[in-house]
Amino acid sequence: MPKQVFKRPEALKDNVTHYCPGCGHGIIHRLLAEIIDELGIRDKTVGVPPVGCAVLAYNYIDVDMGEAPHGRAVAVATGIKRARPDLIVFTYQGDGDIAAIGTAETIHAANRGERVSVIFVNNGVFGMTGGQMAPTTLLGQTTTTTPGGRIALRDGYPLDLSQMLAVGRGSVYIERTAVTSPKNIIKTKKALKKAFQVPMNDLGFALVEVLSQCPVNWKLSPVEACRRVEEEVVKTYPLGVIKDTTEKG
Amino acid sequence: MAKQLMRGSHVIAEAATRAGCRFYAGYPITPQNELPEYMSERFAQMEDATFIQAESELAAINMVMGASMAGVRAMTSSSSPGISLKQEAISYMAGMELPAVVVNIMRGGPGLGNIAPSQQDYFQATRGGGHGGYRTIVLAPYSGQELVTLTMKAFDLADAYRTTVILLGDGLMGQMMEPVTFPDPIDPATLPQKEWVLDGARGRDSRFIVSMLLDPVQMEQFNWKLARKYEAICERETQYESYLLDDAVLAVVAFGTAARIAKGAVNRVRKAGLKVGLFRPVTLWPFPGKELRALTRTIKHLLVFEMNFGQMVEDVKISVGEQARVHFHGRPGGIISTPHEIAGAIMKLIYRTE
Repeated sequence: MPKQVFKRPEALKDNVTHYCPGCGHGIIHRLLAEIIDELGIRDKTVGVPPVGCAVLAYNYIDVDMGEAPHGRAVAVATGIKRARPDLIVFTYQGDGDIAAIGTAETIHAANRGERVSVIFVNNGVFGMTGGQMAPTTLLGQTTTTTPGGRIALRDGYPLDLSQMLAVGRGSVYIERTAVTSPKNIIKTKKALKKAFQVPMNDLGFALVEVLSQCPVNWKLSPVEACRRVEEEVVKTYPLGVIKDTTEKG
Repeated sequence: MAKQLMRGSHVIAEAATRAGCRFYAGYPITPQNELPEYMSERFAQMEDATFIQAESELAAINMVMGASMAGVRAMTSSSSPGISLKQEAISYMAGMELPAVVVNIMRGGPGLGNIAPSQQDYFQATRGGGHGGYRTIVLAPYSGQELVTLTMKAFDLADAYRTTVILLGDGLMGQMMEPVTFPDPIDPATLPQKEWVLDGARGRDSRFIVSMLLDPVQMEQFNWKLARKYEAICERETQYESYLLDDAVLAVVAFGTAARIAKGAVNRVRKAGLKVGLFRPVTLWPFPGKELRALTRTIKHLLVFEMNFGQMVEDVKISVGEQARVHFHGRPGGIISTPHEIAGAIMKLIYRTE
């Protein structure tokens, strides 16, 4: 009998995603599902999807999920987790959701050390609405609302939310990764797993910022989009562990 | 249980706890701060209850949304400007059919307004308040004891119909001290099981709770489902009080604090021999319109008294049509009328119409 060496994770539904070709969400969804399988937590996990491209995440990830208004995911997750501390609760949010309209909720959830895992997918634009400027958009980057490129004087600077969250004492683990290559994908999976384990071990708030590619709104091919992350985006948002105080606790 | 002299805000908090509420999130705003303060102390003594002072009204109501998804009886409270901020989540909860209790201790407005008692949020409360065309049940207590019964009832209604229930009081209701008695506390474990909660897909398929339905056909079907639910609420849950209306030629129509004042005025003018009674909606939505219309078989003049410049009066006019003359006396901006003032308005009307 041939041995099956690759299969769909149990926590991933057998649905075709609505994501654009070359989008990072599909990869990150799969990694999430693999982690949920490996940790054996599918039956006690509740997820909160964003408003944005991943709003339909509940069609793909096979765990209980509850919608939140735009930006409020971590507040909703806080309510679920505090009401039922035995559950494992995560949010999945884009940069428009978490770093623009949801900044306050996120900073305060991190500061309270809420025992939740946050997956922050940063592609530098509002994807679902058609590629408008996000707080994370790079300087000079052309978007549908920065037709001549982002100018600091008019549009402000790229917001490094992960660095901001690292300042507070409630966050214990924050890492930035990418999903542009097999190597980066493996690192992302490791980080995501840790982001689940930190609150599971009652250590505090954990967040992984995944730099993702948005070929359609960036008007690049998938390969060019990955290259852009590796060559340009990382200059503003360097990859690596931003904060890890899990050993101290 | 013996009578206790308690402040209205504390009464709501204690009644909520006894109703099995185990999650409270709020944000400081006058004139309701005594409610979260009481809740923080009460819940600190309980192992299975959570109190969170949230960073914003938005966060507070969204935390309530999360707790409700997890199946726990949850409440938030605020005052007018804060309630405006909560409307986004109340709309989402209508779309997700999540139960929640929201206390609005109203103050004068618009804008930041003041902190004096007012009924200026009647429209907001009874018309859904947020976007998308939905309803919330609105309960309007007028005494300390009714704060007990209606707060507890709010949780039952919220669960039964999977809806937000607004407990609509004002600064006077919140601050006033009256003797009250409480029923025995309800053990949340004894409450009916909720079949829809997010508690991990153990031994069942995973489920999701969302308000997004991209397909207009599905969205229409869901809206009709809501409409039928609201119709059922109107049929079953309308509540009102009739006071001295049997022989009355004029009925004062008022709710909450205004009804309390109006009752005093009715008692005064009765002493003077005037046949005046009080019709008091206890549920503002559903509005007891049928019952009010039935009154107009014998009563041809209604005096609506509100602590605003005319909101419930519109529902009264819709309800009675041409069957009675609808008069209005209002004091917006946080003014508390005296029974004397309302008695004057009644007498002026009676001598004018005779």
